[in-house]
Amino acid sequence: MANYSSSVPSSAALGINKVLRNTYLLLSMTLIFSALTAGLSMMASVSFAVSMGCSFGAMALIWFVLPRVAQSSAGIGVVFAITGLLGFGLGPMLNAYLQLGNGAEIIATALGGTGVIFLALSGYVLTTRRDFSFMGGFLVVGLVIAVVAMLANLFLAIPALSLAISAAIILIMSGLILFDTSRIIHGGETNYIMATVSLYLSMYNIFVNLLAILGMSSDD
Amino acid sequence: MDGMKIASAIFLVLILVFLLPKAKGMLTNSPKAEAGDWQAAIIPLAGVIGFIALLMWLV
Repeated sequence: MANYSSSVPSSAALGINKVLRNTYLLLSMTLIFSALTAGLSMMASVSFAVSMGCSFGAMALIWFVLPRVAQSSAGIGVVFAITGLLGFGLGPMLNAYLQLGNGAEIIATALGGTGVIFLALSGYVLTTRRDFSFMGGFLVVGLVIAVVAMLANLFLAIPALSLAISAAIILIMSGLILFDTSRIIHGGETNYIMATVSLYLSMYNIFVNLLAILGMSSDD
Repeated sequence: MDGMKIASAIFLVLILVFLLPKAKGMLTNSPKAEAGDWQAAIIPLAGVIGFIALLMWLV
């Protein structure tokens, strides 16, 4: 009689695979959607004030609306609203980069670089199946320090500090990709809507800060 | 431009207001790292640093 115990996955493993699959599916759709809204905002040449309004709107949805609807299908609509707003908010910044001599190259490099970082880090966690939950406290404290430094640099306007903050945020967001992906595969995150928003925000912040670093290091 | 600076500052302060309670919770509830855990995290993060240096050199 055949023994199926080792070949048949448990219901828990099936559930984890479903969360992972749904997260990556929703993440890919939201990335395409935010690219569309970014293109729309670039064509409409919206102002930085509109961009700031989009950031406030997305933040309000993340903190006040998403936790209430994340368990229902309405959560998917809210995820698209958040990612659409954040994508739309990128328009003025992307238009400013396009004014540089090699602006298109910088944007393409930042976009490709973000994709490579995300795929490499996700692949690392999925291959090693390590648990990175121990990093949570360290990452969130790092994020608080980075936000305080950003606040200070708004008024100090030191270019070297700006570069250091961007590098630190990329490292923190890379750590959060390790943390979030390991939470999904170890059953710590069972809601694919919340997982998608976490991973999207990490990718968004890596892209924006990589763009800043490449813009500063560019010859033009 | 000053208006944008003030709006950005308000935005960052709001992020801090919402992040601080979460930071406290995560600091107290995060599991302790075991032997080899940090090494496993530092390897991919060092790879990210190297990759960014490469991109900076390329543009």
